[in-house]
Amino acid sequence: MTFEKFVFYLFAAILVYAATMVITRRNPVHSALFLVLAFFASAGIWLLAEAEFLAIVLILVYVGAVMVLFLFVVMMLDIDLATLRAGFINYMPVGALMALVMAIEIFLVVGPGNFGLDKMPAPAARPSSYNNTEELGSVLYTVYMYQFEVAAVILLVGIIAAIGLTMRKRPETKYQNPSLQVRVKKADRLRVIKMDAED
Amino acid sequence: MIALSDYLILGAILFSLSVTGIFLNRKNVIILLMCVELMLLAVNINFVAFSHFLGDNAGQVFVFFILTVAAAEAAIGLAILVVLFRNTRTINVEDLDSLKG
Repeated sequence: MTFEKFVFYLFAAILVYAATMVITRRNPVHSALFLVLAFFASAGIWLLAEAEFLAIVLILVYVGAVMVLFLFVVMMLDIDLATLRAGFINYMPVGALMALVMAIEIFLVVGPGNFGLDKMPAPAARPSSYNNTEELGSVLYTVYMYQFEVAAVILLVGIIAAIGLTMRKRPETKYQNPSLQVRVKKADRLRVIKMDAED
Repeated sequence: MIALSDYLILGAILFSLSVTGIFLNRKNVIILLMCVELMLLAVNINFVAFSHFLGDNAGQVFVFFILTVAAAEAAIGLAILVVLFRNTRTINVEDLDSLKG
């Protein structure tokens, strides 16, 4: 077994273990942390497949932003775990059976018979001067310019939707209305009254 | 050398595991969202593997866009979850029956 193969199987084993833990842990915080491990392992596998840029993006964006958001929400919500776990064991056989059938079906399609090394030879390793980031950037900003802009709009929609959903007006909050403050006239606030001078 | 089928089988195992996760944790919305993230990861592994073996970087560009959409989806999903918890004090899927579906 070559070193490359050893690294692949190591990362694959870590990935499958972490995914199993994500779906079976009782505590959602543990699940989120195992999901972080799964992302790290798959970033390693993407590095083996010479997708260096995406491997780093996966760690920066997914582990750095999305999973931190998940952890933040999990810890913020006060969840009653007992009722959520009820029926966990009951669904185990049917879930496991379905996963097994599905895995076997996909295996029959994508197994070594159809996509083995003899059918799909491994490409030659790229030279060390090859720059994956440059390669992706050169097509991302030319060929895929329109799609790139659509992705940017989707992110903008995401920002606005997330803020709009979670923002709420508390009745007890006091806030200023600047336009009313600017438009105020002397007559609105000041009342001159005539009265006799005191002795 | 690592064959293409190795990558694809890994993606298949990961996808099946996340489907099982959806079966097992069908009451906990947070774990359901995490399982969806795992599914997207399995699909992305397939894309990266095919891109590597076919020598075409269109697959990697597609993974880039999937990551973008998944990040937006996670942000909106969690925002909905927070609003849901604020209004109903629960994230149990079975309690969410106000539409009588």
